[in-house]
Amino acid sequence: MLRVTVAKKLRDFTFSVRVEVPDGVTAIVGASGSGKTTLLRLIAGLLRPDSGTVELAGRALSNGSAFVPPYRRDIGFVFADYALFPHLSVMQNVGYGLRARRYPAGARRRRVHELLERFEIGTLSQRRATELSSGQRQRVALARALAFEPKALLLDEPLSALDPQTRDRVRGELRAILAELTIPTLLVTHDEADRGAFSERVLRLSAGRIVQDGS
Amino acid sequence: MIRAAIAVAAAVLVAFIVLPLAGLVLHLDPRAFAASLATPSAQNALRLSLVTTALSLGLTVAFGTPLAYALARGRFPGRRVVDAIVDLPIVVPPAVAGLALLLAFGRNGTLGPGLHALGINLSFSTAAVVMAQVFVASPFYVRAARGGFTSVDRTLEAASETLGMGPLRTFAYVTVPLAAPALLGGVVLSWARALGEFGATIMFAGNLTGISQTLPLAVYLDLESGDVSGATALAVTLVALSLAIVIAVRALAHD
Repeated sequence: MLRVTVAKKLRDFTFSVRVEVPDGVTAIVGASGSGKTTLLRLIAGLLRPDSGTVELAGRALSNGSAFVPPYRRDIGFVFADYALFPHLSVMQNVGYGLRARRYPAGARRRRVHELLERFEIGTLSQRRATELSSGQRQRVALARALAFEPKALLLDEPLSALDPQTRDRVRGELRAILAELTIPTLLVTHDEADRGAFSERVLRLSAGRIVQDGS
Repeated sequence: MIRAAIAVAAAVLVAFIVLPLAGLVLHLDPRAFAASLATPSAQNALRLSLVTTALSLGLTVAFGTPLAYALARGRFPGRRVVDAIVDLPIVVPPAVAGLALLLAFGRNGTLGPGLHALGINLSFSTAAVVMAQVFVASPFYVRAARGGFTSVDRTLEAASETLGMGPLRTFAYVTVPLAAPALLGGVVLSWARALGEFGATIMFAGNLTGISQTLPLAVYLDLESGDVSGATALAVTLVALSLAIVIAVRALAHD
């Protein structure tokens, strides 16, 4: 369970959200500028809330006194443009979180291979991130975010970088992968076609507040 | 018509750069070259140039990298002022820089009495050579590094942190590799500038064999004393050294 009660003053409005995210996918929709990405960044620790708490699986990540930095949160983040490291291979990208946790080389290789197989990108392992199609990049980003077995997963517009044809195919693949996860997962989208595709539960954000919580 | 004019203008400038350098090599008598380089003063100058530029480059990278990062990423009051100060040595004439260093750190300079009390005498020493080089050459590195850091996508650094790398490791594994071409370019420019440093060195460190007589100063001294072939031999060595580093670094950067 991910419990979030945060407030942060932004330029145009004060962001103020209270939400509980159980295991499984919760979609977040809303116009651009409504605070969707802000919510993800506050949860990941990339932004510091002015007040409130973030609690994941019983552990306080952020409250009045404590602030756990992003690199100690164990939260997977898939960025809108995927943010793959252009100077590293697919294999090194996927293994990055394991390297951060100082996994021994052998264990790291096994885990990376397992993920590459599962995401059907094994043949790309030596490629640079810059040589991939956008659909392939999305899979690498997802594999990278899941490699270290995060306790929560945040996806910021994971389909927005794709062209319409690829988007329909990747949406199906992504739905299948996310359905297997048993961690709190937040998926931000502004595409109405995505809203029902991933989850029963849809939160709607507007001007930094949740204005609708339902299906 | 316009293309022809561009070609002519370009050719004139390239020729103007190449001709004097080619002339240096043409003036070179191979036997005299070896003999000139074998003299103790030439050996001293070569060794001193290599040692001092290695030290000044090390200091420039050690202090310049954090400064460049702060200028690229920091939001602190006076950032623009610091930015302008860093660029200042590029526009200050080297002789002026040498005089300024002398008036600041020399025996009778602002900090001179204090340093003297501590038993430190900087002017006319090898340390002064290194200081003069850092003063004139470090801005070239800081500028290049600042540009390199600015161009690194901050989302990549954020991604690294969400994957579990702390700020220092993120800097080492993401920021530096992505800024590497700019950092290397800065290293080459700043090293080459330090190797060629003359004006500030002769003002602040003097021209003492084995202590402050670097290659450019030795070239000057040889020419002053009428030893043209000695001056030419050292000059060609300087050019060859610079060229070798530029080529080596370019090759590395393309790997």
